[in-house]
Amino acid sequence: MLAVNNIEVIYDDVILVLKGLSLTVQDGQIVTLLGANGAGKTTTLKAISGLLKVEEGEVTDGTIEFFGKRIDHKAPEEIVKMGIFQVMEGRCVFENLTVHENLMAATRTLKDKKEIQRRYETVFHYFPHLKNLRGRLAGYLSGGEQQMLVIGRALMARTRLMLLDEPSLGLSPILVAEIFSILKRLNKEQQITMLLVEQNAHMALSIAEHGYVMENGKIVLDDDVEKLKENEDIKMFYLGLTERGTKRSYRDLKFYKRRKRWLT
Amino acid sequence: MKGELLFFMQFFLSGLSMGSIYALVALGFVLIYKSTSILNLAQGEFLMVGAYFCLSLTIDFGLNFYASFAVTLIFSIVLGLLVERVVLRPLIGEPIISIIMVTLGLTYVLRGFVIMVWGNDIRQFNVFPQEPIDLWGVKLTYLYVWSMGISFFLLSVFALFFKYARTGIFMRAVADHQTAAQSMGISVKRVFAMSWCIAAVVSSIGGILVGNIAGVGVDLGYVGLKVLPAVIFGGLDSILGAIIGGLVVGILEFLSAGYLDPYIPAINEVFPFIVLVLVLMIKPYGLFGIEEIERV
Repeated sequence: MLAVNNIEVIYDDVILVLKGLSLTVQDGQIVTLLGANGAGKTTTLKAISGLLKVEEGEVTDGTIEFFGKRIDHKAPEEIVKMGIFQVMEGRCVFENLTVHENLMAATRTLKDKKEIQRRYETVFHYFPHLKNLRGRLAGYLSGGEQQMLVIGRALMARTRLMLLDEPSLGLSPILVAEIFSILKRLNKEQQITMLLVEQNAHMALSIAEHGYVMENGKIVLDDDVEKLKENEDIKMFYLGLTERGTKRSYRDLKFYKRRKRWLT
Repeated sequence: MKGELLFFMQFFLSGLSMGSIYALVALGFVLIYKSTSILNLAQGEFLMVGAYFCLSLTIDFGLNFYASFAVTLIFSIVLGLLVERVVLRPLIGEPIISIIMVTLGLTYVLRGFVIMVWGNDIRQFNVFPQEPIDLWGVKLTYLYVWSMGISFFLLSVFALFFKYARTGIFMRAVADHQTAAQSMGISVKRVFAMSWCIAAVVSSIGGILVGNIAGVGVDLGYVGLKVLPAVIFGGLDSILGAIIGGLVVGILEFLSAGYLDPYIPAINEVFPFIVLVLVLMIKPYGLFGIEEIERV
């Protein structure tokens, strides 16, 4: 469905953020992209959704293909029209618009009134809580409600591939679990393919089928989730477990750093 | 009605009518500021160009006033698009202050253009009948009544547009969070272009109305200066605030002319600004300006 081939991204003409990154997402899959801060996860998503151009970033090498069509030089609005929808980091709701208006704002790619109505109902089917908040300004919603609204907006557009940037950011564990279970349902019931960027590796690996691990602008590991979970490095760096399944002590930090340097 | 009340109503209604025109122009200001965070200093010149264009069609080319009104609207759509495409789009991403400077430059270009084409004289439309209508003793000319009618009609159309039309919601979405809007397939460029179009159209309608009242001259550009306090008064980014600000400035202008002018001549030109300063001292965001929503 989505194929990113060996892309290079440069910000501001000088800063090289992605150094030959490749990944593929199959139709119907949930794929997760893990990595430390600054590894280039968000940049990867923005390169796919076209939002990079807004921020002085540029794909200087390689290709991005969606269903066989090249999209790396298309404008964000064209990419959305093709069915790729980025749910941005940090719950970017339109604060001064109501919940209803927030959802309507995502219908730029739709024309048919009936379809809009149908999708509107679908959003409330998955997020019944939002229904009572329709007239409320989005800026006054709680963090969890805002995250639901942002995912709801993606449902309003004809989304086939949802790019999720840290949906768990700043939410309580119970809310994170709820959001992730809804994401899994959306994937199964609405056939929405997902590329999920997460810091919460536990949650991400629990719903994804395939995982990539990034370091310094490159993919360093790539495997099925079941195998990743068994991988010693993943256990150590992302799940915080030793071979015995206990928490690591601070003493091992030096080893951790050395090992990580070796990985990249 | 008689005596004091009649005197008050006379100035109040005239002020309301003038204020409704200010409100219309203020709407254009706010629209551009909201969606692009640019303070368009050339708003007054848009108004002047519109007025001259319509006047020239009516008088020099002998077109029916209503026909030239319609043609002027089309002309201002083109003007808005042209300015956005030629002057502002290349500057996307540049610091806001330099873009504002460019709009300042634009005022001189437009003003020079008008003087070059139409000369420097003040000219009159003379299309509305001069004799006033009697509203329970308050005498208003047709012009004032029409201005009020047209402005309020357009203001309600825009209010409904921004509240209910999807395109209106897209425009507000861009104003609220540009990148997020873009991530949802809203074309920011198109929204910018649309804002400039609407701003140019409402300004030229305002220009035609003021031009009818006060005559068409290069001084019409200063109406833009008078609308600025109206906009700041209401809070730069609130459409409702702009409308109320416009009305308040118009009413204050006329009431001060009625009550204070005998003591302090020409106070009406300054009075709205004095009130503006006072309001800003108490509410720095303006009356309806958006204070950042902070969840606690």
